[in-house]
Amino acid sequence: MHFTVVFSGLSGVCDRLRQARVRTPAAGSFSNVVKLKMAAVLQFPASVSTFNNYNDLYPDWTQTEVSTGTSIMAVEFEGGVVIGADSRTTTGAYIANRVTDKLTPIHERIFCCRSGSAADTQAIADAVTYQLGFHSIELDEAPLVQTAASLFRDMCYRYREELMAGIIVAGWDPRRGGQVYTVPVGGMMTRQPVSVGGSGSSYIYGYVDSNYRAGMSKEECLKFTAEALTLAMERDGSSGGVVRLAVISEQGVERQVILGNQLPKFSTV
Amino acid sequence: MSEELFPEPEWLSEEVKTGTTIIAVTFDGGVVLGSDSRVSAGESVVNRVMNKLSPLHDKIYCALSGSAADAQTIAEMVNYQLDVHSIEVEADPLVCSAATLVKNISYKYKEELSAHLIVAGWDKKKGGQVYATLSGLLTRQPFAIGGSGSFYINGFVDAEFRKNMTKRECQEFVVNALTLAMGRDGSSGGVAYVVTIDKDGAEEKCILGNELPKFFDE
Repeated sequence: MHFTVVFSGLSGVCDRLRQARVRTPAAGSFSNVVKLKMAAVLQFPASVSTFNNYNDLYPDWTQTEVSTGTSIMAVEFEGGVVIGADSRTTTGAYIANRVTDKLTPIHERIFCCRSGSAADTQAIADAVTYQLGFHSIELDEAPLVQTAASLFRDMCYRYREELMAGIIVAGWDPRRGGQVYTVPVGGMMTRQPVSVGGSGSSYIYGYVDSNYRAGMSKEECLKFTAEALTLAMERDGSSGGVVRLAVISEQGVERQVILGNQLPKFSTV
Repeated sequence: MSEELFPEPEWLSEEVKTGTTIIAVTFDGGVVLGSDSRVSAGESVVNRVMNKLSPLHDKIYCALSGSAADAQTIAEMVNYQLDVHSIEVEADPLVCSAATLVKNISYKYKEELSAHLIVAGWDKKKGGQVYATLSGLLTRQPFAIGGSGSFYINGFVDAEFRKNMTKRECQEFVVNALTLAMGRDGSSGGVAYVVTIDKDGAEEKCILGNELPKFFDE
């Protein structure tokens, strides 16, 4: 979860990988592919521009990778999960999309929260959606959340050198109820009752550690998630906008949005 | 380069850093400062019981973070300068003066130094005050956090801080924040040192590892 700090020291490796980068279709148009040729997408803080030729004609952000800076979170409760994310996508210092939806459906009752490179995570989510859809048709029943998480993990681990993706998989299945699996950068997978991710998550570890209790109700989880994400958005420059929440349970998926002026307020914030 | 049978351990050549979590909070009538006790050189912990709360005067303390050598030197220099100053004015120095002295050194030598000191104390004029002096700025704040462990508790302190807490609540707040940070930051750990300063003086306390509050995140 603090892998972003490690990555910023690998500029030499990243330089070479960047030169070997394969041009992919612009983010926003992508096709369902089973075998993926992943582009080397690496995100640097805007102040590091050793490989960006400074050119007055073109603003810095046209030459920087699109990244979901992000704060994402998922919490299990009795009967389902609550997931949440901020809504900011940045290219360097420019906010490319201030109302991004980082909660992506993978199946009817399985969602993933995406953080890291926007292109990478969209491509992975697409591929896993395809694979899971196929798998559930073969099985003739709803897929397990663990299956979805394993598919994410396989892809993130196999292509770990080329990818920059931190994903939280959460959902509900009839066998084990609400589950949250985290697949951070590097490709490990582990199940946790509560998981935070993205650049903004560093700031809220203390808050989440102190405020999480097992056995919270759905409303308490929604409040907990909204407050934690608000705190992260206030401190992290790469997170902001609105808070998107979703509750996944046996009944289905309920989505809600908390706009900027409706976010919870804290005394020093 | 000759082959060595027993290569020198990395930590001998690494700079000694106080990885650290430091925090200072004002309450109604004074301030509470807190710090962890770990000093690391690379991956090795070279001192697990260091007190990073350094007195600058009777009722003014500073919390050290960053490079251990730099921070200690600044604290000693300011201690001396403050003594001279308080003799000249024939009164207890203001917290603002102490903070300004720290800021002057941090700013003048900002290229060479890498230390962040939080100055906090009590004086007759303005009561309890906390000043942050990161890389040579000077700002007064209701509370301040610093060090590598402070990143993880930003959300916690934003949510839990309230103005005009009592002394007891403030001490609990500081201990909770330190515990949470030590739980997540590899460069912070050991025991928690807490110093409470009010009009009656400074009271130092050390809370051992097994006496720290427990937070279950699973």
